[in-house]
Amino acid sequence: MTSAVSLVDRVKGILGPGEGARVEQQKGYLEVTVDAGSLRDAAARLKAAGFDHVKSVTAVDYPAKNQIKVIYHASSMLDEELSKYVVGLATLVDRDDPVVPSLVGVWLSAEFQEREVYEHFGVRFDGHPDLRPLLLTPGLAAQRPLRKDFKVVEEDDYLKSTFEEYTSTRRWV
Amino acid sequence: MAEASGTVALPGMDVRRLERNLYEVYIGPAHPGSGHMRIVVRVEGDVMVEVDPDIGFVHRTMEKLSEGRDWMKNIPLLERMAILDACNVTLPYVEAVEKLLDVDPPERAKYLRTLLCEINRVASHLYGFGIFGVFLGHSTLYMWAFGDREIFVELADRLTGARLTHSYPMFGGVRRDMPDDFGQNVRRAAAYMRRRLDEYADIFLRNPNIRSRLAGVGVISGARAVEMGLSGPNVRASGVRYDARLAEPYEAYDRVDFEVPVYEEGDSLARAWQRVDEIRQSLSIMEQAVDWLERHPREGFIHEKFWKTAPPIYKQVYAGAVPYAGKYRVKMIPLYASLRVPAGRSFARVESGRGEIIYYVESDGKDTPYRVRVVSGSFRNVIAFKYAMPGHRLADLPAIYGSFDYFPPEWDR
Repeated sequence: MTSAVSLVDRVKGILGPGEGARVEQQKGYLEVTVDAGSLRDAAARLKAAGFDHVKSVTAVDYPAKNQIKVIYHASSMLDEELSKYVVGLATLVDRDDPVVPSLVGVWLSAEFQEREVYEHFGVRFDGHPDLRPLLLTPGLAAQRPLRKDFKVVEEDDYLKSTFEEYTSTRRWV
Repeated sequence: MAEASGTVALPGMDVRRLERNLYEVYIGPAHPGSGHMRIVVRVEGDVMVEVDPDIGFVHRTMEKLSEGRDWMKNIPLLERMAILDACNVTLPYVEAVEKLLDVDPPERAKYLRTLLCEINRVASHLYGFGIFGVFLGHSTLYMWAFGDREIFVELADRLTGARLTHSYPMFGGVRRDMPDDFGQNVRRAAAYMRRRLDEYADIFLRNPNIRSRLAGVGVISGARAVEMGLSGPNVRASGVRYDARLAEPYEAYDRVDFEVPVYEEGDSLARAWQRVDEIRQSLSIMEQAVDWLERHPREGFIHEKFWKTAPPIYKQVYAGAVPYAGKYRVKMIPLYASLRVPAGRSFARVESGRGEIIYYVESDGKDTPYRVRVVSGSFRNVIAFKYAMPGHRLADLPAIYGSFDYFPPEWDR
């Protein structure tokens, strides 16, 4: 895959030497890992180079390493050549107090998806214009459901508890 | 309008006065036609000044649920996002897992997937048209579109055995081959639908009543659409020639001949025409796919890695030795049940009826995924409610809303 190799070099060129970025070819996208401090700068450089929107903003929880990885999958719609590739701009943050600079100022398309990561993982996006839960109710969002320590309790075929006990969990508040 | 208390109740809406001439209107989550979504609109007079889409009423945390299920069992789970577009919705998941498994499906499976994707796309666009008709008070289009959609649902049924939730693509292939007379039925359906599309245009898109409600309403420029990250027909109706089928051709899309229609206007009317043109292209792709499938021998629709573990009854049925397998208890191919996917991360994208759908799948080598991330086309389009609606009158809300081909279960996931 010559094109993928040249894309690695191209992305390294876009990011410049001073970022300390790690660039790896993954299956179907190119993962670029930077420090949280240089995330906004790296995003601005990618945007200027033609990566004009984000397709997905998401996070992955690693409890063993006490880290959360936030990934922005960016690509292009206007540049036909770049539209063939997806760059995953990732950063690792501390699981106890995850704070990431918001990239809404760079990519407006990240606005709703950052809200989704905020409610599901508790990652705070510094500088987000409107950081509040999107899909979940505030009570459920406080439990950070997509973290690995949130266990999904599946109901039994037969209702074991009383209605009062069942409603007292109040998961949906 | 407002009482002294500041609150009035209208059918399906709740209105609250904030200050003189500024009202907050709550639409949904259970108003006729919208699906499960609430929109909080601030109107000055009847001009919308701020629109806040409040979504999540049918959120089922599919990303969380999929972490607790076997790789294979996630296919029927994830297709519940958009049952009317089931093949397109699960295909990128299957592709992402195939990338991790390093399995390339046989050629015949790729054409069969392409065929079902296009059948689903037509059905999905017709469904969108029907709801759009309801929004604009055009109940004839609703009846027509839902009636004609039935043909494509029936085609999917004959191909897969299920009308909507067919779980057709599997890792390394598809669930079954097409019936003998399928090509003939596809050609008949395509010929019928082409004629009907002209009638749709006459009764709906060229109807002066409808045109006056759609033309110049909800205009989004190409640059703005890209900035918001819209996807699918909505971005192409704004003059941006982006389609996942072109950008990163998957399945058989690099071998079938099709065009990607693009409209420059970016208004609600262009988004409606966009879908008509896309249906025409889909019909042509369906015909090309069945032509290819009829010309080539009926063999190899699952990758050898999985097929060689299949119980003998599978091979007997496809060799013609067993005319009817219904009386036997046929089990799943065992390798799917015990599947462990090598550790790694992968990303796949597919152009579904309502826009691009992407999956990010991470595996740590176990029998369940470590993380599955899905972003559907509708979810990326919902941001347009916030940025494209202000400045229009409240009466334009259904016209803009319907033109985005919304689908709440898909964006809530």
